[in-house]
Amino acid sequence: MLRFVVRRLLQIVPTLFVLSLLLFAWLRLLPGGPAAALLGDKATPEKIAELNRVLGLDQPIPLQYFRYLGRSLTGDFGNSLISGDPVIDEIGRALPATLELAVAALLIAVVLGIPLGYVAARYRGRPLDTTTVIGTLVGVAVPVFFLGFLLKQWFAVDLGWFPPSGRQSVSIDATDVTGLAVFDGLLTREFDASWDALRHLVLPAIALATIPLAVITRITRASVLDVLGSDFVRTANSKGLAPGTVRGRHVLRNALLPVSTTIGLQTGLLLGGAVLTEKVFVWGGIGTLIAQGIERRDYPRLQAIVLLGAGVYVLVNLLVDLSYALIDPRVRLR
Amino acid sequence: MVTTWANRRKTRIDDLATGRSLGADALVRLRRNPVAIVGAVIVGLFILVSIFAPWIAPHDASQSFPELQEGLRPDVIPGPQPGFPLGSDQNGRDFYSRMILASRQTLLVGVFATLIGLFFGVLIGVLAGAFGGWVDTLLMRFTDVLLSIPSLLLAISIAALAAKPSQTTVIIAVAIVGVPVFARLLRGSMLAQRDSDHVLAATALGVKRRSIVLRHMVPNAIGPVIVQATLTLATAILDAAALSFLGLGDGDPARAEWGLMLANAQAYLDVRPALAFYPAIAIILVALGFTLLGEALREALDPKGRR
Amino acid sequence: MTTPLLEVADLGVAFTRKGEPDSVAVDGVSFDVQPGEIVGLVGESGCGKSVTSLAIMRLLPERGVRVTGSVRMEGTDLMTLSDSAMREKRGRDLSMVFQDPLSSLNPVIEIGLQVTEVLRRHRGLKKDAARREAAELLERVGIPDPRRRLDSYPHQLSGGMRQRVMIAIALACRPRLLIADEPTTALDVTIQAQILELLKELVADSGTALVMITHDLGVVAGLCDRVNVLYGGRIVERSERHRLFGTPRHPYTYGLLGSIPRLDAPPGEDLAAIRGSVNDNLPWAHACAFAPRCPRALERCSEVSPPPELAGGRFLRCHNPVPAEA
Repeated sequence: MLRFVVRRLLQIVPTLFVLSLLLFAWLRLLPGGPAAALLGDKATPEKIAELNRVLGLDQPIPLQYFRYLGRSLTGDFGNSLISGDPVIDEIGRALPATLELAVAALLIAVVLGIPLGYVAARYRGRPLDTTTVIGTLVGVAVPVFFLGFLLKQWFAVDLGWFPPSGRQSVSIDATDVTGLAVFDGLLTREFDASWDALRHLVLPAIALATIPLAVITRITRASVLDVLGSDFVRTANSKGLAPGTVRGRHVLRNALLPVSTTIGLQTGLLLGGAVLTEKVFVWGGIGTLIAQGIERRDYPRLQAIVLLGAGVYVLVNLLVDLSYALIDPRVRLR
Repeated sequence: MVTTWANRRKTRIDDLATGRSLGADALVRLRRNPVAIVGAVIVGLFILVSIFAPWIAPHDASQSFPELQEGLRPDVIPGPQPGFPLGSDQNGRDFYSRMILASRQTLLVGVFATLIGLFFGVLIGVLAGAFGGWVDTLLMRFTDVLLSIPSLLLAISIAALAAKPSQTTVIIAVAIVGVPVFARLLRGSMLAQRDSDHVLAATALGVKRRSIVLRHMVPNAIGPVIVQATLTLATAILDAAALSFLGLGDGDPARAEWGLMLANAQAYLDVRPALAFYPAIAIILVALGFTLLGEALREALDPKGRR
Repeated sequence: MTTPLLEVADLGVAFTRKGEPDSVAVDGVSFDVQPGEIVGLVGESGCGKSVTSLAIMRLLPERGVRVTGSVRMEGTDLMTLSDSAMREKRGRDLSMVFQDPLSSLNPVIEIGLQVTEVLRRHRGLKKDAARREAAELLERVGIPDPRRRLDSYPHQLSGGMRQRVMIAIALACRPRLLIADEPTTALDVTIQAQILELLKELVADSGTALVMITHDLGVVAGLCDRVNVLYGGRIVERSERHRLFGTPRHPYTYGLLGSIPRLDAPPGEDLAAIRGSVNDNLPWAHACAFAPRCPRALERCSEVSPPPELAGGRFLRCHNPVPAEA
């Protein structure tokens, strides 16, 4: 087990190494070089030369790269051009918000998607199944940000059921412990704060969950259909087992294998979707950092987020692998 | 047997690669499939409208009308009226004409982004699949890195490089996201072909390697790539809309493209939601059309689907 | 004769698809099985033998399949039983062993659970008792170190071992009828004989009747009391084993026996292969399905369906059978 984890972690290293090379080259691809891009309208040859010296951009390229790599490894991704703070601190502050949103969305997608896909497969070809399949196809065709706006307009602005934006009402004086607002309220027994945060969370989480929900439902359906037609389910039936045992022990367990992979792959989509959802609901997480970073061309910030995003994506999928190995004995942890 | 997520992600793509080449019976199955028909009708209408857009649209996309501009207030955008069936947009232009003309630009973004992605993806895939060895390893390592970046983040980083965002930068950014997917797909397909009997037979007959690759391997491996390209047309249009929404779209206010119009209309959602609704519905329909067509194609090419 | 254990009467199975003519897989099959008897069901692939067995077990999918006729087991018609009553019977009164033991065992569950679940379901054993019983069962089917094997997964066993596990599961509740569908086809030749020997021993011990489904006449020869030969979804010949092998009457049976290579044949003699394939079949309704491939076919064979005949304990469906003293 431990050896497997270590080996897999080591496998990630070359990917991240090439990624850092790409991102390093990326900054140098900027028109006029990074200094000109950073200075924007105020760029004069003198200022550019000075900034180049300050940033170490007058050094030989390989040296620049190794210094960049060394700093990145110690968590120093430079300072944000917008706030002037170290980028890593900015990310640390924004992370809980995005984490809360992404976990909520993934929860919705998994908790609804797996049963829905299962039921659709069981009643294959019936109206329920057809409706579900159409729903999943439409679900992936709707632009996430537009869906966010729709939800906001209907359920927050018109109906007033939920707050339209933000993570907490200003009037609520919540204690911040972990930064996960809903969780913090439970922790400090400020249940009204928790409830308030939950109400804020509902709409953005639904908007962000739509695509993963559609994908997980479809994969579950396909995978259950696959397993229902398999020989070992026929064997289970030939033993006269109760229908519940056949479904739970034999069908669902095997059908969940491909689904677990899909869930891992969906975390990548969640990161992208979070950028759009957070902008709509003024959420104030990593997505908001990116959106602002784009507007102001805050390259150090974007660079750091992409690198960390890829790292998180790869790590989440390592976790999925571990869980996969727990469900499927054929996958040996070597 | 060690399965890693990266391998499985690859396998998922490689799985698609085992589909058959487009055959006559695939076409027959397509024509019988209601999903394919609905998809084809939507896509066909979309293409027709975009071809004839300049003749259908009564006005120019950038032309402002004084009678519409007069009605513009901070909280009012004139609705439908004689001569302007869908009313005004936020700048006093004919919204109906812009919707029609935008079909062309949207198709352009989708098709070019897909084609460019397809071109480079196929190039990498063919090189990797045909040569194998270290060429394969190197190229696939490169695609792995691109696949490890969440796709929208990748598109954002590329689009953000441009000092001044334009339709071209959007197309390039969306195209690059597709490159690793196409490359892996074609490579997997080619590898399956390389081990197949008919390629072995051609080799045994002394057919030249270049001609084996081009005449035997590529044509037989291209089916799944066509499926993926059809599906990519849908995601490309959606991704382009997302980039526009994040301020990485074309800055030219005269340009009419559904994604751009949808993104710009978010500010006027209270005033006139139709400005967002029409482009949104158009995008959803077109994305749905390409998705249906792609899924139907996949089904038709899937060997398991044959009876 | 005593009352049969299993009586299959006029069993028909057709696969239906919207907008297409039904495809008939089994067409009026009737046979019976006496208690403790071993009955063979022989034919080429596609002759409907597997579909017959699945129809008896009621394991065919409900949609797109039409089953007609009756299957009586000890007087009860299985076809009219409720789903839950049928589930009570499956695994307890009648059970089945399938062709491919790897795909027929659940890959993600330990062997132990796959054996004990049937014990707990039908014999009401508690967890520990079921585990002890399962270990004994594994031992009885010749699996070494059975206690440890309970915690193994199917992929950790060899093909022969897996099929032994399948047999242990099928016989766990001492059913009165076991259907084995090509149980040795997926195995190595050396293992095949072991598995057949094991099956023969076990059913003899427990008095279980066995329906052996196979395309391999060699399997039939060493095992079955009576043999049914299936062609194109119908039984064309049925007889006691020795009589069938000694004097095959139906040209198809004759051909099947002729296509087995024999060591005592004179050198240089060709195998008497049956020409054509199952795809050449005529519809039974107004012809003999085998006629296009039959060396003894008469004009009548492609015009009139041969009626079933019973003569001297032999069932035969042929216009122009091979002479008894050929």
